[in-house]
Amino acid sequence: HFGRPRQVDHQRSGASRVLVASRNFANDATFEIKKCDLHRLEEGPPVTTVLTREDGLKYYRMMQTVRRMELKADQLYKQKIIRGFCHLCDGQEACCVGLEAGINPTDHLITAYRAHGFTFTRGLSVREILAELTGRKGGCAKGKGGSMHMYAKNFYGGNGIVGAQGQIFEAYNMAALWKLPCIFICENNRYGMGTSVERAAASTDYYKRGDFIPGLRVDGMDILCVREATRFAAAYCRSGKGPILMELQTYRYHGHSMSDPGVSYRTREEIQEVRSKSDPIMLLKDRMVNSNLASVEELKEIDVEVRKEIEDAAQFATADPEPPLEELGYHIYSSDPPFEVRGANQWIKFKSVS
Amino acid sequence: MAAVSGLVRRPLREVTVRDAINQGMDEELERDEKVFLLGEEVAQYDGAYKVSRGLWKKYGDKRIIDTPISEMGFAGIAVGAAMAGLRPICEFMTFNFSMQAIDQVINSAAKTYYMSGGFQPVPIVFRGPNGASAGVAAQHSQCFAAWYGHCPGLKVVSPWNSEDAKGLIKSAIRDNNPVVVLENELMYGVPFEFPPEAQSKDFLIPIGKAKIERQGTHITVVSHSRPVGHCLEAAAVLSKEGVECEVINMRTIRPMDMETIEASVMKTNHLVTVEGGWPQFGVGAEICARIMEGPAFNFLDAPAVRVTGADVPMPYAKILEDNSIPQVKDIIFAIKKTLNI
Repeated sequence: HFGRPRQVDHQRSGASRVLVASRNFANDATFEIKKCDLHRLEEGPPVTTVLTREDGLKYYRMMQTVRRMELKADQLYKQKIIRGFCHLCDGQEACCVGLEAGINPTDHLITAYRAHGFTFTRGLSVREILAELTGRKGGCAKGKGGSMHMYAKNFYGGNGIVGAQGQIFEAYNMAALWKLPCIFICENNRYGMGTSVERAAASTDYYKRGDFIPGLRVDGMDILCVREATRFAAAYCRSGKGPILMELQTYRYHGHSMSDPGVSYRTREEIQEVRSKSDPIMLLKDRMVNSNLASVEELKEIDVEVRKEIEDAAQFATADPEPPLEELGYHIYSSDPPFEVRGANQWIKFKSVS
Repeated sequence: MAAVSGLVRRPLREVTVRDAINQGMDEELERDEKVFLLGEEVAQYDGAYKVSRGLWKKYGDKRIIDTPISEMGFAGIAVGAAMAGLRPICEFMTFNFSMQAIDQVINSAAKTYYMSGGFQPVPIVFRGPNGASAGVAAQHSQCFAAWYGHCPGLKVVSPWNSEDAKGLIKSAIRDNNPVVVLENELMYGVPFEFPPEAQSKDFLIPIGKAKIERQGTHITVVSHSRPVGHCLEAAAVLSKEGVECEVINMRTIRPMDMETIEASVMKTNHLVTVEGGWPQFGVGAEICARIMEGPAFNFLDAPAVRVTGADVPMPYAKILEDNSIPQVKDIIFAIKKTLNI
C-alpha cells in the first residue's frame, strides 16, 4: 500500500516530465538527525540516516496527502457535511507516516480519536476515509462509525474514550511482566484538549513514565527521526526484550477538535512559530531539494496530484448515498444467524445480519 | 369587564438550560463554601460545553478545579472528599466517560452509606451530559438513565427544561446522598421561560417528584429529558385531532414518582412511555412493571407501550442516527396504536 500507483495526467505534465528526466538527481543522501533522549537505554537510534529518493518522494506524498485530507475535512465540517466530532492531525504528519515507515504492514496498531492519518497510513484510501467522515455507505465503516471509529487490517481504530491514566500503567506492568513486543507511543502535542501538559501531568517526561520500561523521546516533527526511532524500537521489541516507550514531540495546528478554536489556551504566535520553523512537510522538502533528491517543480507536481486525489475523494464523499435504512440493524453480532432488532417502538423492526 | 390598563403582562425571563445550571451551581457555591466543582476543562476553559462559564473567574482554583483526563482517578478523589465532609460536584464531560469511573460511582459512592450501617454519607453530585447528541456516534451517545437508575443508594435526576435544570441541580447539591444529574447536550442552548419563583436563590425542585407538563384525559405519556419536548409536540399535533394527552415529565429517575404516573393512568386508562435509551431493561420497562404491581393496572384499557431508542449502538450516518432515536412521529404512532385509532 505504500507504493500505490497514482493516476497522473500525462498530457498536462508532459513538458515538465522532460525537464525532470533530464536532471540528475542523487539516488540517496545522508542526513543528520536529532539524538533521542534515552531512558534506561545504553544506546539509542542512529544520529544519521540514509534517505533514498524513492522513499523521500513516497514520504512527501503521504504526508502531503494526510495534510490535504485533514484540511479538506476541516472544510467539509464547516459546511456541515461532516458532523459530530472531528479531531484533525495536521501538523502531526511525521508521526503517522514516520511510524509506518519503521514497521511492517503485518504489525498491529491502535490509537485514539485523532486517527485519520493512521487510518490512511495503515492502508485505507482517502475516498473511504472521507466517505466515512461524511457518513456514506462507501465509508470504511459503511458510514456507521464516523471520525473516531475507523478500522483496517492490523489497525484497531480509532477509539473515542481516552484518559485512563491508570489503565496505561496497568498495560505497562503486564507488557513488561510478560515481555510483550509492544511499542507504547505518546504523541505529545503539548495539550490535552484545552489543558497544557504542565497543568495535567506531574511529570511531563512521558518517555520516562514507563519506569521499568525503557523509553525514547523523539523529534516528532522530523519524519526521519520518527522512522529511525521506530526502527530502533521495533528491533528492540522483536529481539524479545519486551516493551519500549516512544514519546514523539509533535504539534497540532488545529484545536483539539473542530469545536475547539484552539486559541484560548495557546497563542497564535506559538502556532505560527511551529508552522514556520518545524512543519514536517517543509522540513522534508527542504532536505530533499537541498541534497538534490528532488526538485521544487517535482514536489509541486506531487502537490497538484495530491490535491486532485483529495478533490476526487471529496466529490465521492459528498455524492455517495447514505447507508440504506434497512441496514440500520446490521452488524450487531459477528457470525450469527439473522435476527430482529427493535426500533423506536415495538412495531418498528429492523433485520440484523452479521 | 376588566380594565385593560390594569393588565400589563411583563414577559417572563428566558433562560437557557446551560445558564440555569450555571446559576444553580453559582448560587450553591456562594451559599456553602464546602461545595466545589471538579472535572476536565471546567475551570480555565469555562467548561467543555461552557456550563461552568465564569465560575473559575469568580471562585478561583480552590473551588473550581481542572483535572487531568483521569475519570477513575478524579471521581475517586471526589468521593473521598465527600466522605471527609466536602460537597463535590464531579463533572463527567459526558456520561459515556463515567464508565471509566463507574466503580467509584457505584461501589464507593452509592453503596457506602448502606455498607457502613448508616455511618458514612457521601454527599456528592455527578453531573454531565447524557444520551445522544448529534453525530457523535456509538461511544459518545449512550443513555445511562437505566444503568444508574438500577442502583440502590444512588439518586438519579434528569432535567428537561431550564426550571428543572436549576431546581434539580440545587437540590442535588444540597442532598446528602450521591446524586447523578443526567443533563442533555442538545438542550443546553435551548431557552425557556423562567418563572419568578425559579429566579429565587432558594428555588428547589424536590428529588423524586414528577411534573405534569400538560393535562389530558385520553392517554398518559411519561418521559424524561429531551424527549419530554417531543411528547409535547406530539400532544399538540394530536390535540388537533381531538386526542388530549397528559404529558408527565419524570424529572427524577430514582426514586421514581410512581404515584403521579399511577394517578394519571387511573384517569386516562392508557400509557405510553418515551425515553432516549435502549429498550431492554430501560426506564419504560420499569414503569410498565411497576404499573402491573400497583392499582393502576386494573385501569388500563390497553397494554402499555414503550417508545425508546433503537436497540443498536448509535450509528454515525445521519439517516441511521435519526431512526435510532425516538422521533415525534414514533410517539404519535405509539399513542394512536395504544388508543386503537
